[in-house]
Amino acid sequence: MLLTAEGKLPLEISFQMEKGQFLALYGKSGAGKTTILRILAGLTKAETADIEVDGEVWENSAKKIFRLPQKRAVGFVFQDFALFPNLTVRENLDFALPKGGDKRVVDELLTMMELETLRNSRPQHLSGGQKQRVALARAIVRKPKLLLLDEPLSALDDEMRLKLQDYILKIHHTYQLTTLLVSHHLPEIFKLSDQVLVLDKGQPIKKGTPESVFSEDRISSKFKLTGEIVAIQKSDVVYTISVLAANTIIKVIATREEALGIQIGQKVWVASKAFNPMILKME
Amino acid sequence: MLDLSPFWLTAKLAVITTVILLLIGIPLSYWLAYGKSKIKSAVEAIVSLPLVLPPSVLGFYLLVAFSPENSFGRFLDSYFDVRLVFTFGGLVVASLLYSLPFMVHPIRSGLKNLPITLKEAAFTLGKTKYTTLIKILLPNIKPSILTGVVLTFAHTVGEFGVVLMIGGSIPEETRVVAIAIYDEVQAMNYDAANVYAGILFGFTFLALLGVYLINHSFRKTNPLND
Repeated sequence: MLLTAEGKLPLEISFQMEKGQFLALYGKSGAGKTTILRILAGLTKAETADIEVDGEVWENSAKKIFRLPQKRAVGFVFQDFALFPNLTVRENLDFALPKGGDKRVVDELLTMMELETLRNSRPQHLSGGQKQRVALARAIVRKPKLLLLDEPLSALDDEMRLKLQDYILKIHHTYQLTTLLVSHHLPEIFKLSDQVLVLDKGQPIKKGTPESVFSEDRISSKFKLTGEIVAIQKSDVVYTISVLAANTIIKVIATREEALGIQIGQKVWVASKAFNPMILKME
Repeated sequence: MLDLSPFWLTAKLAVITTVILLLIGIPLSYWLAYGKSKIKSAVEAIVSLPLVLPPSVLGFYLLVAFSPENSFGRFLDSYFDVRLVFTFGGLVVASLLYSLPFMVHPIRSGLKNLPITLKEAAFTLGKTKYTTLIKILLPNIKPSILTGVVLTFAHTVGEFGVVLMIGGSIPEETRVVAIAIYDEVQAMNYDAANVYAGILFGFTFLALLGVYLINHSFRKTNPLND
């Protein structure tokens, strides 16, 4: 059962992931995305669950099997980072090492995430992006079978987001992880994931590649951007719709009928068929 | 010459009580902060009882329970050779009960105020509850632990009603400072009472001042209090 603003909703889902896959869970808040991650990690107990990872049974309600979070090889990156304030960056990573674990893993991760200069800093002296890099690195120290990312970039500004996405991809590929990302940010899903599962009110409604899930099949445009509607204004007989896409506001003219069908905050495509984009080099 | 033995006795009682309560208080607070048991509310109520109950009530029940006239007291006496009425041991037991909320409440609220994700993150990193408690949770609630320790110590020093009921006033056995003051006043020795009272007053004030000063500096460096 899922407790949401709309009352109790059953959360029922079944899905499989290939090894090495990057799957995104997409849906409105309250759709049950985070709950799924927590159930996978063993932090929340589902009424009935059947979880098998790489041939190991982590949970099976029928057979009364429940592995504690400690016994599941997961890396969990929390929305609030959850760095230990009493430990330095280096110590946060060291803490994650199993007894007798190889300390070189920590050095390697510090280098990879460009955290060497910060190794002796406490989390409270780090910026949001730095904290997130530490949280990511810490989640990888144990070489988890499953990396679970709970809206890891939602607290960051756009520029930081883009950088962090690169780090996530780097880690995913270097350590050949199987990654599950909770996100409601379309550009992020497109950039990172190869599969996306759309949830609504505790039910899966679509699964596939981001392209196939989010694009209407009929559009065959040459240029497509994902964006969010930020304003709808009436000007004379037409409407001007402002869409935030790729860090820019794009103004689109729409008819009354078109404008009535959309709302502020909706995720949309901005597509154009016949135009010739120019590429200009940035300094 | 002023008899200093009540001071030593009081200090001994307070140290022993504080150490034992710290050892009991941490696991109990952990359970109260994170446990899901149905009897949690009942235990919480029992822990808090000494805050509202007149000390004489607690002392009276302990006196009745520990009395060798009654079954529990007789049981302790015959099987363990332990007498808790009018002995120092009895004072320790009474103090443990009486000061329990002063240790448990600060530590429990310290734990409750920590983001739950700290504990969960440690679990997903493969750490046991014990390691998580020792390495992560406790170091992040130092101000709460310090508050618990000092309040317990100071509260034990200031005990009167319970001690009088269960311990009486036996020199070098149960005659703590608070009792000594009462005795001196009864005997019209106001000067001696004055000295005892003044020392106790000064000590208690300094202990509390120390807690607030240290916690203030903790707060400045602790990010969780931002």
